[in-house]
Formats: sequence, C-alpha cells, structure tokens
Amino acid sequence: MSAVLLKLKQASPAEWSGEQWRNRLLGSFFPALGLALFLVLWQVGAQQVDTSLGTFPGPLEVVEQWSNLVDEHQQEAERAEAFYERQEERNAALLQENPDAQVRWREFRGRPTFFDQIATSLWTVLSGFLLATLIAIPLGIVIGLNKHVYNAINPVIQIFKPVSPLAWLPLVTLVVSAVYVSDDPAFSRSFLVSMITVTLCSLWPTLINTSVGVGSVNQDLKNVSKVLRLGWLTYVIKVVIPSAIPLMFTGLRLSLSIAWMVLIAAEMLAQNPGLGKFVWDEFQNGSSSSLSRICVAVLVIGVIGFLLDRTLLLVQRWVNWDKSSVAR
Amino acid sequence: MKDKHLVLTQAGMEFPTPKGAFCALKNVDLSIAKGEFVSIIGHSGCGKSTVLNMIAGLHKATSGGVLLNGREVNEPGPERAVVFQNHSLLPWMSCYQNVELAVKQVFKGQKSRAEMRQWIEHNLALVQMTDAMHKRPDEISGGMKQRVGIARALAMEPQVLLMDEPFGALDALTRAHLQDSVMEIHADLKNTVIMITHDVDEAALLSDRIVMMTNGPEATIGEILKVDLPRPRDRIQMADNPQYNHCRHEVLRFLYEKQRKVEGLAAANKTGLAETQSRQEKELA
Repeated sequence: MSAVLLKLKQASPAEWSGEQWRNRLLGSFFPALGLALFLVLWQVGAQQVDTSLGTFPGPLEVVEQWSNLVDEHQQEAERAEAFYERQEERNAALLQENPDAQVRWREFRGRPTFFDQIATSLWTVLSGFLLATLIAIPLGIVIGLNKHVYNAINPVIQIFKPVSPLAWLPLVTLVVSAVYVSDDPAFSRSFLVSMITVTLCSLWPTLINTSVGVGSVNQDLKNVSKVLRLGWLTYVIKVVIPSAIPLMFTGLRLSLSIAWMVLIAAEMLAQNPGLGKFVWDEFQNGSSSSLSRICVAVLVIGVIGFLLDRTLLLVQRWVNWDKSSVAR
Repeated sequence: MKDKHLVLTQAGMEFPTPKGAFCALKNVDLSIAKGEFVSIIGHSGCGKSTVLNMIAGLHKATSGGVLLNGREVNEPGPERAVVFQNHSLLPWMSCYQNVELAVKQVFKGQKSRAEMRQWIEHNLALVQMTDAMHKRPDEISGGMKQRVGIARALAMEPQVLLMDEPFGALDALTRAHLQDSVMEIHADLKNTVIMITHDVDEAALLSDRIVMMTNGPEATIGEILKVDLPRPRDRIQMADNPQYNHCRHEVLRFLYEKQRKVEGLAAANKTGLAETQSRQEKELA
C-alpha cells in the first residue's frame, strides 16, 4: 500500500526533483522535434504537388477539414434529434385524434458521418480480432503440444498465411450472402463480410507464435512436470500457457495491426460501412476538400492503429510474468 | 533388506546415433540403503547425470534396471524428487506457489488446505526461505533459488532425494552454506540422498559413500569409497582430520591417476553424447 502511495507521490509533478524534470523534458523533446520537422516537410512538400483536385493539402487545410467533419457530425446529431422530436409530436397528435390510430415509429436514416464510420470500423476490427484470437490461441496450443497435429496443419497454414484480404473478399461475400439468410438479421451482412475477412487475414501471426511458444517450453520445466506427474490440464495451464505468453502477445500485436490494415482495405473494396468507405467516397466525390478529408482519415487510421497497439501493450505488461522483458 | 532400498542391477544405457548405438553406461550395479547419503563423482561426460535420470525415471535403462523397494522404476514420480542443477523453478510463480504446486500434486486429498499451507511453510522454513517466500524467482539470488528447489523436492516427501550437481552454479561461499543446510536437513529427516557432483570436497564432506565413475563410453562404477566419519561433520574440523583427508586423497587419485582424462578422446565422446542427449530430449518432447 505504501509503495503505491509512494508511486503516486512520485507521479505528481510537484514532487519531481530537478533531475526528473530534466529527464522528462529531454524525453519529450525529441519526439516533439520529430513531429515538428515532419509538419514542416509536409507543408513545404505539399505545395509542390498539383493534383487534378488542386494543390495537395498541408497540415492547416487538414486541421480545417477535421473541424468541418466535427461540425457535420454535430449537425447530423441535431437533425436526428429534431427528426425524433417531430415524429413524437406527430404521433402524439394522431393518437389524440384517434386512440386506435396506427402510428409508425421510424428510425432516423441520415448519412453516416466520419465519426459514425470510425465507430463502425472499430467495432468491426475488434470483433474480427476477437474471433481470430478465440480460434488462434486454442488451436495454437493444440498444434504446439503435438508434433503430429503440427505436421498435419502446417501446410494449410503456410498456404493460407500469405493470402491477401482482397482475394478472400469475393469468396467471403458470396458465402455470407448464401449462408446468412435471415428475416431479422442480428448483424448486417456487410459487417459479417468485413469481420470474417479480418479474421481470416489476422489469425495467422497469433496461431504461429502461440504454437512456437507452446513448443518451446524449457526442457527442465518439462522434467519437473514429469517428476510431479502433473495431469495434462494442469500442465497446460500452469506450465505451457505461461511459457507461451510472451510469444503469444507478440503474435497478438502483429495480428491486431494486420486486422486494422486489412479492414480498411476490405471496406474500400466492398463498399462496406467504415473508414475505408469514407476514404473511397471522398475519392469518388472529388471536391476541393476531398484530399484534405482523405488526409484526415489517413491520420485518424494511423492514430487508432497506434492506440490499439498501445492498449494491447498495456494488457501485455499486465499479464506477462516476465517484467524484465522490455516490451515496446 | 535394509541395504536393498534402491538397487541398480546391470543397468546400462545406449543412445541411438546416426553412426550406430552409443553406449553411455554399462553394467552399473549399486545398492543404496535407506537413509544413506551417496555421492556420484566422475569427469564430465562420464554419465553421472544419466545414472541419476535413470533413477528419476526420466531416462529408461536400455538394459538392466532400477528397483525402488523391490518395484521397478519406469517413469518419473514424486517419490523420487529431483533437485535440478539450474533450480528449474517456474518463473511465473512465487517461491510459495512453486512449492504449493508440488504439495497440491502429491498430497491431493490427503491434507486439508490448512495442513498444506503449514507443510509448504514448514519446508520453506527448513531452507530458511520464510522471509522471501512470496518473491518470484527473478527477484532472488541463485543460492535462494536453489534453496527453493530443495524445499520443493523435500515437500514431496520423497523416498529418495536426487540432486543433480545442486550447487554447481553457485559461488564458493553460498555453496558451503547450502552444503551445511543439506547436512542439517539430512540429519533431521534421515532421507536417502543421491547427489551428483564434480567437487571432491563436497563429496567427502557430505557423503556416507562416494561412487566413482570411470570415463565413458561404456562408463561404469570404478570404485566405491566408504566415508567413515562421525556426524555431524564440521567443515573446519574436517580440514585437519586424517580420515577425511585420506578420503579426499583416494578420490583425487582415482580421478587424476586411474581415470585421467585424455582430452582428445574425451572431447570426441562429449560431442557424441551431446548429440544423443539432444536427440533424446527431442524424443521426450
């Protein structure tokens, strides 16, 4: 408890010593310098590029479009609110005239804004990644434990691992359309297509790394388990899985970054809702602000990808027993 | 019957290699009495560890066999607990949890939760690890890890305690300290101990008998020396004890005169053995 308090104390800037201040400042100086240099290069370089849609946007135009996108989102939210208010008034009036009247409640169908698309993409990538993890980790453990299963499954893995998402997409689309037929679907088809494509492309790194991690349990620990006559399940839970955790997380982080990249491509190609569709729509739109808006999307895609990786890194730090291993 | 607690009869071990079978051990005959402390000493690569692994059941003898209380040993088990050379603690568990894993496995259904807890703490206290028992292996020193390894083995209440160069990786002071601990524990519990070592002083100080192995291939027992010294033994008094020095002298003479290692030949054997061992490990895996 006191250790926690001490840590909290050290975390507050009021308690930092001179050296800590210097370290913090130095620590943030170079990243800030790098970013500043990048912005300058971008501004200067952008002015040299003339496209059919005008000069390539610099950072300022991009910031402007970002605030436009925020405004549009707010306007769309207000429109939705107004729509529901009107509908409620209208239906209330109808019911007052005639209590048996058939009133209809409709959902607001506005254009999805940039932020709606972000939410869709995030939800899709997390679902696809979760499904991939649920398949890859158990399968990876089984493959890693048994040489014969490994030899049987390995050729399939090696063949499917390098397949591009664009190649999977038509197949997944057709199969989902044929198989997923329901009058009241819980998920939209486009969601399922994007998600399954993400799963198919992103499960391989986790699968391979888990199986390698499981297969590389220290010989001495295997001997200890034999002397103790650990049962199969105890052996897997207490010895095998902890041994494999560092490699498992390496795989998970690779998988998540692949999942995010694949999703954007899949959304662009299949015109499924999400950030990919946003980029494609702007590209087709071809207005003077399109390039800046695509730049906003590119930056947001990058930032989200970075945040996803950081989140997983935090989970890794928390779960991993080997605190001495520097995870970056 | 007392002398026939653990018996090796004509035990031999051959490892398959691409160039044909490699005979590591041949005709090993040894009887160990209950409560006896036996050291096995020999040059590196002579098959000491193979003997221990045979008794542990990690390797199965390809000829002859091992009997414990008249029963054949053919798989590993907690009644023949092993202290491994490099401690082999699970790095993701605290010292307490490492011992707990063993205790839960061995005394499942025999001890209550509170009894198990007491037993774990008792064994950690035996190796003076009470203060650090909730630390993880990467937070404690090499000597402390080895102590926990010993506590884990003792907690299984083994009929035979097998130690594979338990102090080999420790510095001289820590080693001396742990040797004293092991002597005390042995005096307390009177369990049967077999220890592999390459340290002549260690063998003479701790053992009732020293088994000296000839060089491989086809290594076997060369001589067995009885160490007739009263216990408890004090390492400082022993330094001037003629009997103790005689024992050391005998072992040294065996190792450096009778079984002098011919380096070239030994190196060749060693690579052959390493090959077969890694193959063996893969098979076990």
